[in-house]
Amino acid sequence: MASDAEHIVKSFENELNRLRTKIAEMGGMVELQVVNACEAVVNRNADAATAAVSADPAVDAAEREMEQFVIRLLALRQPVAGDLRRIVSALKITGDLERIGDYAANVAKRSVVLQQFSLPFTLSGLAHMGELVQENLKSIIDAVGDSDTEKALEVWRSDERIDAIYNALFRELITYMMEDPRNITPCTHLLFIAKNLERIGDHATNIAETLYYSVTGEPLTSARPKGDTSAYAVVRPGRE
Amino acid sequence: MSATNQAESGQATPIAMAAMTPTSQAVANEPRIAIKNLDFYYGTHKALKGINLNLADKQVTGMIGPSGCGKSTLLRVLNRMYDLYPGQRATGEAMLDGQNIIAPGLDLNRLRSKIGMVFQKPTPFPMSIYNNIAFGVKLHEKLTKSQMDERVEWSLTRAALWGEVKDRLNAPAGGMSGGQQQRLCIARTIAVRPEVILFDEPTSALDPISTLKIEELIDELKSEFTIAIVTHNMQQAARCADQVAFFYLGELVEVGSATQMFTAPREKRTQEYITGRFG
Repeated sequence: MASDAEHIVKSFENELNRLRTKIAEMGGMVELQVVNACEAVVNRNADAATAAVSADPAVDAAEREMEQFVIRLLALRQPVAGDLRRIVSALKITGDLERIGDYAANVAKRSVVLQQFSLPFTLSGLAHMGELVQENLKSIIDAVGDSDTEKALEVWRSDERIDAIYNALFRELITYMMEDPRNITPCTHLLFIAKNLERIGDHATNIAETLYYSVTGEPLTSARPKGDTSAYAVVRPGRE
Repeated sequence: MSATNQAESGQATPIAMAAMTPTSQAVANEPRIAIKNLDFYYGTHKALKGINLNLADKQVTGMIGPSGCGKSTLLRVLNRMYDLYPGQRATGEAMLDGQNIIAPGLDLNRLRSKIGMVFQKPTPFPMSIYNNIAFGVKLHEKLTKSQMDERVEWSLTRAALWGEVKDRLNAPAGGMSGGQQQRLCIARTIAVRPEVILFDEPTSALDPISTLKIEELIDELKSEFTIAIVTHNMQQAARCADQVAFFYLGELVEVGSATQMFTAPREKRTQEYITGRFG
């Protein structure tokens, strides 16, 4: 349950607001990292790759700063109820954001390797997946800023679409590898890239769950629609 | 009243409450005191309005709320202290062992031996440590000297005071520290073997370590007694209580397990009060 009323202790109210600002700032950094990472892969943009990788230390630092801030709040304010949920959630959300940043940096690094290969196929599937992931990430960061549980639920549900594209990509890339062993190196990198994007989507849904609990006090327990079936996927060579 | 309290559905026993809040490990016992539609008046002022609350057997019920919300009044009703003041009256039910506590004609001495009370400030009698305890027991029971010695030792041990005072039982109680005096008052209360102990802000005059000792004591006492504690210290309610009841302006706004109340209260007024947004 969110409170409309302000805390009697103004400095505590300010600290609670600072949590939100810090998440928004860190969210903005990570969002840009993911945009750059996708741009680096899809448009073979080396500058974007550099930007995504070099942003990582700042994201890590933001997470550590949040950790210190939250520990201080817990120790000095001994929050309960909605305040407690908000503070613990902020810590969890920054943890997810930090992981997203790592995945984005990894995607960007792999894009540099990919540039050494000419690909005999387009990356339109991956580009589409990247767009959906960016969309979800932006939505969830906005939702955190507005404590918007409806939007959080939307993100939570729409991760299924990302998983579906990931499964299709997985099969597609294996097929290319079977067609021509020279595709194995770039396709393996592309597989990791796709997996990283899929994981970014998962962390966005984690944030959705955390936000939902923070605002309502109820855990989002019903099973999330999950679509990543690649763990069971088998693609066999055709029998010709 | 739109409150989420036990009586709303008419059959919401503590067991049902626990089922509603799966995180709660508390509030699973039968009620020792069952309060139904209790109203209380100071003259024409209605200080308690339709209270429905169960004090679960051998559990700690914490009562919180801003000053004047009725929580101390409720304790005063439960051992009929208000009888001492003309113009104060209660209506409704507070059942203990099949008897309505507030019914006229009830044997008050007997009631008060069943329901003990510990106050904000330690109130030792101006006599020896030993006699502080023996005094109340003598009113209710005829014991031999050795039986009384045993009872005094038992009470002081249960109140975590025996080790500190066993060599000076005949010393005046007034010479003890505040924390010791309060534990002596608890020993005095349990010496008559009550069923229920009411604590009215028992640690508000004590230092933090003495406070923790009393809290530890409450935790131990609940294996034998049903306990209600009124406190202004929210952390204390969170630490001590199995079940927490929030009162506001004479109403019981919400009652639930301590875990539920301090992580996800259902009522907005509870949320705002316990997080420090009004009160």
